[in-house]
Amino acid sequence: MLGEGIIKGLAETARNFIGSYVDEERLTTVQYPEERLPAKEAARNFPFLVFDGTDAHAGLRCVACQICEKECPPQCIYIEKSKDKKPDYVGKAQFYPAVFDIDTSVCMSCQICVEVCPFDAIKMDTEFELSNTDRFGGLLFDKHRLARSNEYYHRIHPTEAAEVDSHLATEKAKIEAKTKADAEAKARAAAAKAAAPPTPKPAPAAASH
Amino acid sequence: MDAPVTRSTASLIPSPEGAGRPNYTLRQKTSDSGEIAGDLLEVSMGPQHPSTHGVFRMDVVLDGERVVKLKPVFGYLHRNHEKIAEDTTYLGSMPYTDRLDYFCSLTNNWAYALAVEKLAGLQAPERAEYIRVITAELTRLVNHTCLVGFLLQDMGASGTPLMYAFREREKVLDLFESLTGARMMCNYMRFGGCRCDLPPGWLEAARQVVDSYPRFLDEFERLLSENEILIARTQGVGVLPGDLAVNASISGPMLRASGVNYDIRKVDKYGIYDRFPFRVPLGEHGDTYDRYTVRVLEMRESVGILEQALRDIPPGPIMDPKSKIRGFRPKPGEAYGRIEGPKGELGFYLISDGGPNPYRYRVRPPSFINLTILEDMCLGHMVADVVVILGSVDIVLGEVDR
Repeated sequence: MLGEGIIKGLAETARNFIGSYVDEERLTTVQYPEERLPAKEAARNFPFLVFDGTDAHAGLRCVACQICEKECPPQCIYIEKSKDKKPDYVGKAQFYPAVFDIDTSVCMSCQICVEVCPFDAIKMDTEFELSNTDRFGGLLFDKHRLARSNEYYHRIHPTEAAEVDSHLATEKAKIEAKTKADAEAKARAAAAKAAAPPTPKPAPAAASH
Repeated sequence: MDAPVTRSTASLIPSPEGAGRPNYTLRQKTSDSGEIAGDLLEVSMGPQHPSTHGVFRMDVVLDGERVVKLKPVFGYLHRNHEKIAEDTTYLGSMPYTDRLDYFCSLTNNWAYALAVEKLAGLQAPERAEYIRVITAELTRLVNHTCLVGFLLQDMGASGTPLMYAFREREKVLDLFESLTGARMMCNYMRFGGCRCDLPPGWLEAARQVVDSYPRFLDEFERLLSENEILIARTQGVGVLPGDLAVNASISGPMLRASGVNYDIRKVDKYGIYDRFPFRVPLGEHGDTYDRYTVRVLEMRESVGILEQALRDIPPGPIMDPKSKIRGFRPKPGEAYGRIEGPKGELGFYLISDGGPNPYRYRVRPPSFINLTILEDMCLGHMVADVVVILGSVDIVLGEVDR
């Protein structure tokens, strides 16, 4: 019969329409912004800089190595290295970014800066409501706007943050063990030197070697 | 006097008598007395036309409402992708490949990763290969579902089929988001594997989506496949004969709808596709209805592949240990990696001179090459059919213009 297919199709539409009143499953939309779906743990939208502790300057993990600046495909990161140094999480003096800007309007949230960062200093945020009325300054995020605490990182990506923390802890332990061993070796060498009789002067053959 | 219309590409493609060629002649135009009778009308469809799926323009010459000549004009979305890729590191081009065909970023990733892996001699571990097959087939489901929705939208069924398609697509995109972090711009595959392992519970969620998919396809087919209006609008419209399709290097579902059995998953057996038994759906007539049917059948085959892959996926590493993120410099050489994307053969051709970025980078985009045959399919049809035929070609302008 002509029109049978159409009637069958309309029956399907009717089933969906009536179904939306009786079956929660069939209601697939939510009333954003009043209602929101929970963010996925892996969700990524825009990078931020992680700092440890409470002080955003003292705890900032970034050492201004500029790898992310070079690797960023749309080149939206701008870094200026500091003149002085500050201690990083293991206590070693490192540079820090005097300027760290990311242009929101250029960033494409590809996560490559996160992957290339050797210091676990830059991570992806889940915040997506970044619209702004200021077209230039408001879309250029500086390091104060970008800095987020490690607790915040734990809150949005718990699994990943725990992995990063354990990795950093092992690194720190390794470095501390190494510095300790170095110091001990140095002390031992110094002690040995002090114990040994002073040599008058080094032999010329040894110097040439 | 009446003269047969010659096709602009007729000399390029020898085809059997009458095949694909609309058999009609032009009415006599302006008469000798200067009276205007049935003048040809040149219409520029696009670039802002809603049926052109983006910024794409067709210069159509119309005789009444029939198409006499059609010239696709594109380049409005040209982003210089290939040249930029020659200035970017190998890894840096990966997020740009997402933006070629933004419906199927994961298959784009795979094709590019495959080309670079050939260049650098990397081999993805088994688990990564399984993840690649799973994500690629999910991408195929998404693409074909949306294509059918858009096709019906172009035909005038505004809303219902497209919304049903988007409802299902959203479930798959949720899977993509929980795996890769982004719904569409996944940027997930890496040279020699994948970026991160499957999160806990992902396989179960994927199984649920895959298990519910045949039910949706049944519903979709009840809604559409027997619909008399759909049949009247698509059967016999935009016929593309098999030999013409082969000569014009058409690939993908469009080629198979013309009855040519060519599926790169079967021909190349890239990745681990030799482990999955699946059938290649073929069309008989090469018209728009066949292109629709082939896609629906392909989705059912994809569901079969997915079920098997989700069952068999082994534990293990997901990255080739030889691969590295920073300082990636493949040895000099050239490579062409291709996969059966949802739209057709998607290939990446790379030449390396040993530096951190490719010396030459070229994409073989399926929707661009499938679009070249548009005029031959449209000649003699109504303007409204042009819209439907263009919809059945399945183009994404991000990939056409690059």
